[in-house]
Amino acid sequence: MFDNLSQRLSNTVAKLRGQSRLTEDNIKETLREVRMALLEADVALTVVRSFIERVREKAVGQEVIENLTPGQALIKVVQDELVHLMGDANEQLQLNAQAPAIIMMAGLQGAGKTTTIAKLAKRLKEQEKKKISVVSCDVYRPAAIKQLETLAGQIEVNFIPSAADESPLAIATRAVEAAKLNHDDVLFIDTAGRLHVDGDMMGEIIQLHQAVNPVETLFVVDSMSGQDAAMSAQAFNEALPLTGVILTKTDGDARGGAALSVREITGKPIKFLGTGEKVDGLEPFHPDRVASRILGMGDVLSLVEEAQQKVDHKEADKLAKKIKSGKSFNMLDLRSQLSQMQNMGGMAGLMDKLPGTAKLPAAMKSQAGDKSVQSMIAIIDSMTAKERRFPDIIKSTRKQRIAAGSGTQVQDVNRLLKQHIQMQKMMKKFSKKGGMKNLMRSMQGRLPPNMPM
Amino acid sequence: MTDRSLFNRLKSGLAKTRDLLSPGFSNQKAAELELSDELLENFEERLLMADVGIELVQTLINQLKLDVAQAKREHLPTTVSDLFKKLVVALLEPCNQAIMLGDNKPFAILVVGVNGAGKTTTIGKLARRLKRNRKQVMLAAGDTFRAAAVEQLVTWGERNDVPVVAQATGADSAAVIFDALESAKARNIDVLIADTAGRLHTQNDLMTELQKVKRVMQKVDPAAPHETLLVIDASMGQNALRQAQEFHRSMQLTGLCITKLDGTAKGGVVLSIADQLGLPIRYIGVGEAIEDLQVFDAVQFADALLGLEPDT
Ligand SMILES: Nc1nc2c(ncn2[C@@H]2O[C@H](COP(=O)(O)OP(=O)(O)OP(=O)(O)O)[C@@H](O)[C@H]2O)c(=O)[nH]1
Ligand SMILES: Nc1nc2c(ncn2[C@@H]2O[C@H](COP(=O)(O)OP(=O)(O)O)[C@@H](O)[C@H]2O)c(=O)[nH]1
Ligand SMILES: [Mg+2]
Ligand SMILES: [Mg+2]
Repeated sequence: MFDNLSQRLSNTVAKLRGQSRLTEDNIKETLREVRMALLEADVALTVVRSFIERVREKAVGQEVIENLTPGQALIKVVQDELVHLMGDANEQLQLNAQAPAIIMMAGLQGAGKTTTIAKLAKRLKEQEKKKISVVSCDVYRPAAIKQLETLAGQIEVNFIPSAADESPLAIATRAVEAAKLNHDDVLFIDTAGRLHVDGDMMGEIIQLHQAVNPVETLFVVDSMSGQDAAMSAQAFNEALPLTGVILTKTDGDARGGAALSVREITGKPIKFLGTGEKVDGLEPFHPDRVASRILGMGDVLSLVEEAQQKVDHKEADKLAKKIKSGKSFNMLDLRSQLSQMQNMGGMAGLMDKLPGTAKLPAAMKSQAGDKSVQSMIAIIDSMTAKERRFPDIIKSTRKQRIAAGSGTQVQDVNRLLKQHIQMQKMMKKFSKKGGMKNLMRSMQGRLPPNMPM
Repeated sequence: MTDRSLFNRLKSGLAKTRDLLSPGFSNQKAAELELSDELLENFEERLLMADVGIELVQTLINQLKLDVAQAKREHLPTTVSDLFKKLVVALLEPCNQAIMLGDNKPFAILVVGVNGAGKTTTIGKLARRLKRNRKQVMLAAGDTFRAAAVEQLVTWGERNDVPVVAQATGADSAAVIFDALESAKARNIDVLIADTAGRLHTQNDLMTELQKVKRVMQKVDPAAPHETLLVIDASMGQNALRQAQEFHRSMQLTGLCITKLDGTAKGGVVLSIADQLGLPIRYIGVGEAIEDLQVFDAVQFADALLGLEPDT
């Protein structure tokens, strides 16, 4: 996600290169394009307006600092403003309350509330060893209660039964008592999706909220939402004392402007991103990193962090160190990276986080599909231990053997070898001082088409 | 329900759009109107807020300018809103095509779309509509992935009193739909509607899985699915255009259904989809209840979108 916005912004900012200073005049066109880009990204119009105004004021008032080009100066203002808009630091769930700490979900139909409960509960259970119960007050959508029950079973947390002929209020109050008796640390309350203009349903959730007094009231919003995200966020925010926002379905290619709108309009922190349908598809939201991502500067930090979560820690540390030192990056390293990539949602997921990948055309990204990851792994698996450590020795007969062993063609083996060399080079550049900039430069438009990054 | 009340229902669903577009425009004679930059910009922004994509907004604005100029030259009595409505209707009119069941028996409808768009609910509503037209309907629980998706469809089957072919969660979706199609054929069913799991159009493996569903259906009937219906949530922004493009590319869609038009979302991205793909828009969803499905009507939609009373 955010790709097209990154693309757009990095294009417009590039236009300013070579000019000596920022003036009201020469940022006018760029700001217009930033405005267009934000609108295309579904940022709400009102938010776009105030954003552009702030950027204009700051950019024009400011002298261009020495060793910065005007383009860099403007990107810095835009970046700062974006970070500012999205909140200044990552905020965790606040569970300091008398047990059970109650977490209630709210949002439109189909936003991802129920799925997100499973993801959050799994996370709290595994990372903070919390004792958890979940309950559904969605008595409207057919099988909504069953959906939560199934998910609770999957992640092995306690499910408090409810029935479609009960009132949501009765269910919730009963569940709070049950969670107390059960000595739960946390109780998740799922609610039915509702339109912000549905007076009865908004009244219902206000009542629910008052009855159970949750410590967290999370507004769940689909990252594919359009301009209306601003309207619904505002209405929910007025109805309920929201404590945070969760942005779902960010594993798609939506530009995610809703993130900016909802944050600006509610003033509430975005706490997590939903990154997949499965129960581990959840990531903490880091405003500064996502702002960087919007600007095409990549998100290497969050890549390393994610790696630590998903692979065992030793592996992750090794990877992080290797990236830092740029030391000999052999086939085994490539293989472990490839399989981690698979864990992290394939190439597309990984590429999202690497600097400069916004510049890659979408077609090229999709080309680096998960199939190619699989066959790359197969190729490495068909190598001997020695070949993996010293890929230089792989010449023609070895190539033929490897291709036959992995069910691929010699060209595929060649391609992998080339990619390995490219990766090695990139890792080195990346590890040097100012590596980020070099890496970006090396990636911009000059990638060989089959480069896996 | 009479036509009038249908309109009111749709109109109130689209009320916000009406409010945005009416003032300053509705009844001004085009020939007398000075289209100032400010007015145009204001108009542009209103369209943008309705989720009409910026490119199309600019095209429409330019066309409107030309039309107004022409109206002035020729001293036409039309209003600016007439002119604008014409532009919008011209975009949507080609999409105004109902599903024709023809001689196909069973007529197989495959329902696809991103997560949470409203596929399963739309199937429930559509089954009701078909039953009311005295059709024998069967449902296939092709979403074998999401928790309790099968139970959700089974409930809709019970509400409609129509058979549902289902296996357990985790089963092969193509196999379930294949069985359903065979059984529909054997039982002389008129319409089979197959649900599928929500998927993002960027997930290649899941899109490939859908193509397999289609191929498997064709083993039973080479012409199946007779309708491949993409469900789009009206509150989606510009990504809905990408959804339509990508689902069309891999599945050769034959129709769209736009859901959740009962909120304040304006569904303006539909104009961009119509402009780029010209796919038939079959139905609109205006609520969660079983009756809340309406046949798409381009003129009615344009009226509601632009805040005009229907011609009587
Ligand atoms: N207000 C409103 N809600 C709708 C409409 N259509 C569907 N919904 C609701 O949107 C939510 C998602 O609908 P589903 O039919 O489960 O969507 P789906 O596409 O099958 O979802 P997945 O199978 O989970 O991908 C449910 O809460 C529905 O009640 C509509 O036209 N208006
Ligand atoms: N791809 C993707 N799908 C998601 C994500 N979160 C939820 N979903 C899917 O979106 C649909 C609606 O989610 P659900 O939790 O039922 O929404 P609710 O109606 O708000 O409770 C389901 O098909 C989920 O599997 C996400 O982060 N990514
Ligand atoms: Mg739910
Ligand atoms: Mg469904």
